Amino acid sequence: MEDQNKTATQAVCYHCGEDLPKVKYQVGDKDFCCAGCMAVFKILSENNLCNYYVYNNNPGRQFKNESHLEYLDEPKIIDQLLDYKHESSSIITFYIPAIHCSSCIWLLEHLYKINSAIFSSRIDFLKKQVTISFNHDEISLRQLVETLNQIGYEPLISLQDVVQEHSSSVDKALVLKIAVAGFLMGNVMLFSFPEYFGLSGFEKQFQSLFGWLNLAFSIPAAFYCGRDYFTSAITSLKHRHINLDTPLALIIAVLFLRTAFEILFSTGPGFADTLTGLVFLLLMGKWLKQRTYHHISFDRDYRSYFPIAVTTLQNGKEKPVSINEIKIGDRLWIRNGELVPADAILMKGEGWMDMSFVTGESEPVHKVLGEIIYAGGRQTSEAIELEVIKPVSQSYLTGLWNNDNYKNNTEKQNFNDTVAKYFSLGVFLIAFAATGYWLFQNDSHKAWSAFTAVIIVACPCVLALSTPFTLSAILAVFDKKGFYVKNTDAVEELAKCDTLIFDKTGTLTSNENAEIVFNGSLTDEEKIIVASLLRNSTHPLSRHILKALNVDRYYSLSDYKEVVGKGLTAKINNHSIYAGHLSMLPMEVKSARESGVHIVIDHVYKGCFDIKQQWRSGLAQLILKLSKFKLQVLSGDTDKDRYMLDTIFTKNTTIRFRQSPHQKLDAVLKLQQDGNKVMMLGDGLNDAGALKQSDFGIALTDNINNFTPGCDAILKGNSLNYLPEFIQLGKDGLKIIKTSFAIAIAYNCIGIYFAVQGTLYPLVAAVLMPISTVTIISFTTLATRWFAHKNKLI
Amino acid sequence: MNILYFLVGCSVLMALIFLAAFFWAYKTGQNDDVHTPGIRMLFDDEVVAEKSEEDHFSS
Repeated sequence: MEDQNKTATQAVCYHCGEDLPKVKYQVGDKDFCCAGCMAVFKILSENNLCNYYVYNNNPGRQFKNESHLEYLDEPKIIDQLLDYKHESSSIITFYIPAIHCSSCIWLLEHLYKINSAIFSSRIDFLKKQVTISFNHDEISLRQLVETLNQIGYEPLISLQDVVQEHSSSVDKALVLKIAVAGFLMGNVMLFSFPEYFGLSGFEKQFQSLFGWLNLAFSIPAAFYCGRDYFTSAITSLKHRHINLDTPLALIIAVLFLRTAFEILFSTGPGFADTLTGLVFLLLMGKWLKQRTYHHISFDRDYRSYFPIAVTTLQNGKEKPVSINEIKIGDRLWIRNGELVPADAILMKGEGWMDMSFVTGESEPVHKVLGEIIYAGGRQTSEAIELEVIKPVSQSYLTGLWNNDNYKNNTEKQNFNDTVAKYFSLGVFLIAFAATGYWLFQNDSHKAWSAFTAVIIVACPCVLALSTPFTLSAILAVFDKKGFYVKNTDAVEELAKCDTLIFDKTGTLTSNENAEIVFNGSLTDEEKIIVASLLRNSTHPLSRHILKALNVDRYYSLSDYKEVVGKGLTAKINNHSIYAGHLSMLPMEVKSARESGVHIVIDHVYKGCFDIKQQWRSGLAQLILKLSKFKLQVLSGDTDKDRYMLDTIFTKNTTIRFRQSPHQKLDAVLKLQQDGNKVMMLGDGLNDAGALKQSDFGIALTDNINNFTPGCDAILKGNSLNYLPEFIQLGKDGLKIIKTSFAIAIAYNCIGIYFAVQGTLYPLVAAVLMPISTVTIISFTTLATRWFAHKNKLI
Repeated sequence: MNILYFLVGCSVLMALIFLAAFFWAYKTGQNDDVHTPGIRMLFDDEVVAEKSEEDHFSS
């Protein structure tokens, strides 16, 4: 506690680091920005947990409003959430978005100090997960979540269990196979060394021992580590189609058979070193290909946005019910800030729905009795009663995911598979020609060795390696610039795109830098009056405006009244003041703007606070650089920004407004049917269908930890300007792969020259393979760096 | 030079032990989270003084 006095002198909140308002909260010598932060500090200091502030300055997050957690008392829902339950102890894993620094780890791993019914808690920092084991007889799940909420770490409990979604990105068996392959390769190399340097007389006695050992090591290499290649080759042959795994499986088989023959009949040292080396390198390439960001989820759908339970009314009583169990005809009770999970009809109350999930527009829509409210709307006013007319999975928005016409991945053939076909054909031709020649010469021994040698030497190993190595090098470059691509396959799709579709809100504009502007004028005195009023509201808009006003004192007020989601009124120093939506004001006001917070003081209309969205910087240059692509803008919003968009985009750009999520999806589909490769850039759930359908969907976000809909890549908002360079680098990547293929062919020609003569000595094969591999890997890495440099990405 | 037979056996055995160790480490999840332990080890141990009753589970 003694060594943190530095922070107290700064004009920021001791807990969360926000700038202090002029009127601040104080405990001892510590300042806080709001009552929430102060409350958290009090809890922590009561429990002797002030070390939280030692590891980082101002580690906390601002305190959020309380949420309704009744559903956590329902046994059915508890069972869905728990990982493990035994007698008195339970284990649960939560996803907590607020985890961001080492102090968070420290605090959350010391939960047992706050409540002794918590045995232990463990954090996975990158995944932002905490696994808590607790005594469920002493603390209920609901109390546990409440405890977390109190200290500012609200777990996010959604319908799609985010926790399970984050299962390991790389197949575990593959890592074990790589370990085994590495072990085998190392040992085989060791036993093959004497052979490379030539054996003196007395060493000959070891030759057969080493041979047998090598053969023993080859068996697991071929049949355990290389098993996937055989299964993949067999399935692809069944479908009368050749993929890259087919020639690879053939080579593994031939290498193994020849090694076995040579050692069994003591005719030579065999190719065990080549075999194990090949399998190891192939598996490494496969691993690079599978690897993805294990802490970023690319497969989220509506279920991640929806809560796990909703309150229903049964015989006039509130009862939390799991969303999956909602039936047509159920009555839902939706409170302020809650999400409507299924299409429903408004039965009671007044709906002010924030439909930003569905339409992208954040302005609340007014709904009256009997109107249909689509799933995904968020109520921003008092609680309402709804009757469900469609189950969750078939509602308007969720129906996007049940759409059958999503891209059929089966037909996607990458460069490798296309080449593999011709490659295998060519190798077979040469192999049979060589065999035929030697048989014609009546030299069956040479015929056999020429056949096997050609197949061994003409290994498309390089082909299997150059793609993952190049593309993962490109991924690393992208990563540094805030562009997170799902996997290496997606980079190939990126390079092929010729049409770009932009969403407007959140994509071309930035939500982060929204600026509060006041249309009208207020004197300083009036500003204080407005601030005094807004101070009492917890609505996010009030908080934003309050922060923008930043006055140094407040007046006391009387007759305070808040109509949730609509506005506030009160009397301050004998002035009556109203703030809020137009319909809230005491008189008719004609204003061009429907949105915003309108202010009336003493029956005089003063103007309105508006949130002005900021266009992302450098947009004009970006669009100019993208001029060789077909561009489209699909906005769910009204056409109020048409003029601005027209100045940025060229005349032949299609710009459409008021697009529903389904219309966006259809637009992508139509372009694809016309033979275009479509890249979609969007940010919200309303773009989710289009993102999924597009050939390459990019979700734009200002904070990488925010929720993003399912996509192929996640792009940080401030990196949008690099988009043309990203696409160019993807294209260059394909060039690199093709070049490395040419280099590999050159190596193969040298090998085949020896092979057809039937004189390929294992040493040559064993040396040729690593040399060509090293050449290719260093070539791809260097070339990628060079191209990245050329595109000014590093 | 017959000692070589023994040494070769030893070397293979050693390598097998290391391989088994890796299998064990991997299967018990020691490689699942490689980031957090690095931060965790920097936390200081607290000097536990008066409230010893509450710290049943902390040791």
